[in-house]
Amino acid sequence: MADKYNGFIYDKDSNGIVTVTMDMDGPVNAMNEQYRAGMAETLNRLEKEDGLTGVVLASAKSTFFAGGDLKALSSVAPGGEPEQFEMIESGVKAPLRRLEKLPVPVVAAINGAALGGGLEICLACNHRIAWKSPKVSIGLPEVTLGLLPGGGGVVRSIHMLGLEKALPILLEGKHMKAREALEAGLVDQLIEVTEDLVSAAKKWIAENPQAAVQPWDQKGHRVPGGDIWSPKTSAILSSAPAMLFKKTRGLLPAPEKILDVAAQAVTVDIDTALRYESRALAYLITTPQAVNLITTGFFQMNSVKSGASRPKGIEKTSVKKVGILGAGMMGQGIAYASARSGIEVVLKDISVEAAEKGKAYSAKLLDKQIERGRATEEEKQQLLNLIKATDKYEDLQGCDLIVEAVFENIELKAKVTQEAEPFLAEGGVFGSNTSTLPISQLAEVSKKPESFIGIHFFSPVDKMPLIEIICGNQTSDETLAKAFDYAQQIRKTPIVVNDSLGFFTSRVFSTFLDEGARLLVEGVDPVLIDAMGKQVGMPVGPLTIQDEVSQELTRKAAETHRAMGVLGSKGDNSCNIEVCERLISEFGRGGRYHGGGYYEYAADGSKQVWPKLYELYFNADVDMSADDIKDRLLFRQVIESLKCLQEGVLRSVADGNVGSLLGIGAPMWTGGFIQFVNTYGLQKFIDRANALAAQYGDRFLPPAIVADTQAKGQTFR
Amino acid sequence: MTHTAYIYDAIRTPRGKGKKDGSLHEVKPVALGAGLLRELQGRFDLDTSRVDDVVMGCVSPVGEQGGDIAKTIVQFADWDESVAGVQLDRFCASGLEAVNIAAMKIASGWEDLVVAGGVESMSRVPMGVAGGAWLNDPEVNVHDGSVPQGIGADTIATIEGWDREAVDSYALASQQRAAKAQSEGYFDRSVVPVKDLNGMTILARDEFIKPNTTLDILGQLKPSFAGMGGIGFDDLMLRKYPRLPAINHVHTPGNSSGIVDGASAVLIGNEKVGKDLGLTPRGRIVATAVLATDPTIMLIGPGPAAKKALAKAGMTTSDIDLFEINEAFAAVALRFMKDLDISHEITNVNGGAIAMGHPLGATGAMLIGTMLDELERRNLKRGLVALCVGGGQGIATIIERV
Repeated sequence: MADKYNGFIYDKDSNGIVTVTMDMDGPVNAMNEQYRAGMAETLNRLEKEDGLTGVVLASAKSTFFAGGDLKALSSVAPGGEPEQFEMIESGVKAPLRRLEKLPVPVVAAINGAALGGGLEICLACNHRIAWKSPKVSIGLPEVTLGLLPGGGGVVRSIHMLGLEKALPILLEGKHMKAREALEAGLVDQLIEVTEDLVSAAKKWIAENPQAAVQPWDQKGHRVPGGDIWSPKTSAILSSAPAMLFKKTRGLLPAPEKILDVAAQAVTVDIDTALRYESRALAYLITTPQAVNLITTGFFQMNSVKSGASRPKGIEKTSVKKVGILGAGMMGQGIAYASARSGIEVVLKDISVEAAEKGKAYSAKLLDKQIERGRATEEEKQQLLNLIKATDKYEDLQGCDLIVEAVFENIELKAKVTQEAEPFLAEGGVFGSNTSTLPISQLAEVSKKPESFIGIHFFSPVDKMPLIEIICGNQTSDETLAKAFDYAQQIRKTPIVVNDSLGFFTSRVFSTFLDEGARLLVEGVDPVLIDAMGKQVGMPVGPLTIQDEVSQELTRKAAETHRAMGVLGSKGDNSCNIEVCERLISEFGRGGRYHGGGYYEYAADGSKQVWPKLYELYFNADVDMSADDIKDRLLFRQVIESLKCLQEGVLRSVADGNVGSLLGIGAPMWTGGFIQFVNTYGLQKFIDRANALAAQYGDRFLPPAIVADTQAKGQTFR
Repeated sequence: MTHTAYIYDAIRTPRGKGKKDGSLHEVKPVALGAGLLRELQGRFDLDTSRVDDVVMGCVSPVGEQGGDIAKTIVQFADWDESVAGVQLDRFCASGLEAVNIAAMKIASGWEDLVVAGGVESMSRVPMGVAGGAWLNDPEVNVHDGSVPQGIGADTIATIEGWDREAVDSYALASQQRAAKAQSEGYFDRSVVPVKDLNGMTILARDEFIKPNTTLDILGQLKPSFAGMGGIGFDDLMLRKYPRLPAINHVHTPGNSSGIVDGASAVLIGNEKVGKDLGLTPRGRIVATAVLATDPTIMLIGPGPAAKKALAKAGMTTSDIDLFEINEAFAAVALRFMKDLDISHEITNVNGGAIAMGHPLGATGAMLIGTMLDELERRNLKRGLVALCVGGGQGIATIIERV
């Protein structure tokens, strides 16, 4: 007789095996209040059940168990740690401890995703059987949310697998398919057909009636690979912090706390280690980093990816044939990304030779993948067959999307637009991959400006996950929807912004370069400037990235904007432009690929500051604090992002945060340049910005939107 | 002496049961020590750059207590990076040795401000894991005839004719005195609660005390060292004490010091640094002494050490108001009182390690705080602290309120 309490179906069979099937309210099983009540009640019954021989834990949903309640977690205010600790200890941990201490074998029947809390429940079972299906996803992704697996996940995975095997699972938070999870030791058995899960679990119970005690509760248990007293463990623990720092630069507390709990797990008994783990999770929950990672990295990322910025009520489209104008670095990357998703590509340049060269880029990428076993020769041929290299506009006939990726020159772009547009299929979209020119102005030459849109790719296209879609004045919702669908078709994350000089990403990114140049001109050591850029969490410092972008490109963009009469209309980046122009005109230093910029580059890839740079700018008397340098580099970008929001360039906070993370390299810990302000504190941000403005210039004055939002008692959502 | 070594404060953690179910088992030894340094810094708004050195006793300085844990604690507490740290080991006297060395550093004029104390997490780094030739090298062991301390304690009791009831009665008094002192709040000034990273209290007071114990309960406990004695250690002892017909094994877990986790810290400095930093001295260190006696019976050093210190100070026992002897075993305390001819009424007036536990490297400095608190409470002047020490050593320190 089956019955149901609090979302837990309880069904005892004639052999004394109780199958507990989780079927909670809502679309998924999750670690919320209902779970805590249901699990406690179920355990009360199991502990009293007469003739119990085993327990199978299953799910009635298409996923096994979805994990923690992130909405609730991310809203806990600092000071709430003791309450969280109690909740973790009594609501989550104690029941799982009771589950694994039942005197009969307990088996998890994993029919779908078992991530985070879901896997932690499974780790408290004696045996784990998973369906061998792509729908089954297993892992402990808490670290990616600024948290740690606090339902026993750190301690149990280490006691099960040992430190060496468990640490990568905990520190990377990777989602694994069933077979990978089996190889990693997180599950014990796979079955082919989902319907067989429960019967396989019952069979295992029948065959292993004694398997009721967890390894860590058995006498003489040793952590695989050794406890704290083993030289090997000691070696792992002493190098792990440095290896972690290389990745996080000390900006993310969650993986640091995971290491700390891991060391405890191999030092003290299981119950003490579990309690320590709860303290660490309670601590992490209210850190700004966790709030930021959950808010942007999870909720906003999901909302952007699921199409929050796509116009509603327009049917989903897909591109069958795309035309790409210009087979340079961007064009060839777009061609590859499109063909990789099965889209037919026409890659046009002024000569067949130039076009073929662009196509060869795809061959090169595929060769690399074949070398690493990630692609086959056959896949390479299929992909190359999709790309037609040509010098003829006529070959664009029937394209439902054309993307121009020619040089950033307004006349050239006008010319190719007019020449290519007639070949566009009925209802087709013309996209411009410009990063600096106004879309509405480019659209002026189009016969159908409503079908004209900005599709801004990032370099290198095959690696960068973001596309910035820019709506011109006349761009229609249908056109936007089609561009959006195309971005998703080629597995990129699209953000949508309104037309304005530099759009969102380029405009904000320019301020990073400009502030780097200002620090340089003020006499700060160039090595220190780049070091502080990295310390605040940018991928590289502003001078290094300027060399990569090239001073030459900055100069050209400035020249174009000057000619258009718009230079400086959106923010004052004059310092960087002047420095770039000077470096080129006086010293011929145009950037890394023009023979060197701020740095000199050796053949082996090493670099050192161009010595003359010290003569030109360095002032040994300047003693600026590290905090000021870091805040200047960060606040410039944050302030520019806020202005984009204020001016309506950004259509949503989520687009700004996701765009800054994926397109500009905003530090992960900030949760994006706008979310940063929420956890920094709006008033504190206003105060700090004003202080920077007083000392370093008006560009740091906080935009009014911060005070307005603050006055409404809100944060940026 | 060039300078007076003033005691500006003396604090300690509560003592947690030194087993895996003890409250402090989850707390790392560095955290125990660092918590106290942060407390000192907070109490006095202390400019830590004025501290020359941090001297910490630790008897099992391996694993997470290894690698100069004193310096590790200084860094973990975020004290100024100019502050040095050194770990020392004089077995059970390590904590008091730290105090005495700090006093010498100050008295000599070569340093101005020193923290002395100790740390021992016996639940995490068990007693004995550090090994040592005196135990683990048969050549050395054969040469010295080393015998476990408990058998030494039993031998003292046998020599003095203290039977099981005598040692248990002493233990009962220790429990009752400690329980009273705790409930009356006598330890509150010195004991700093141990907190977790969220600011939640893990342990606020000594948890080892058994206020409800009785002679009857104590009498039911089995002797701890009869088994070891039987395998040959009794014979080794009797080689040295041939007049004894046999050893009467009277010591049990109930009348021996408890295994606990804890840490201590005493702020010691000269007059000038106190004035500079606005610190008010609570007391001064009058004299110190250390010596060694028969290493086999091992535990009879405190009396001679106390006499040596008294002689150095030009005093006699009548100049001392209160005594603290570490209750490693009941017989040690009884022997100390007999050696000095002092009354139990002025000795270990708030109980001792039998009731509260003996966190090896930390205990000596803890006793300085306990003594100072009690001298203040009773408005008395002078106290003497002593411990028995491995290898037959004894240590003593005389302090005086100012």
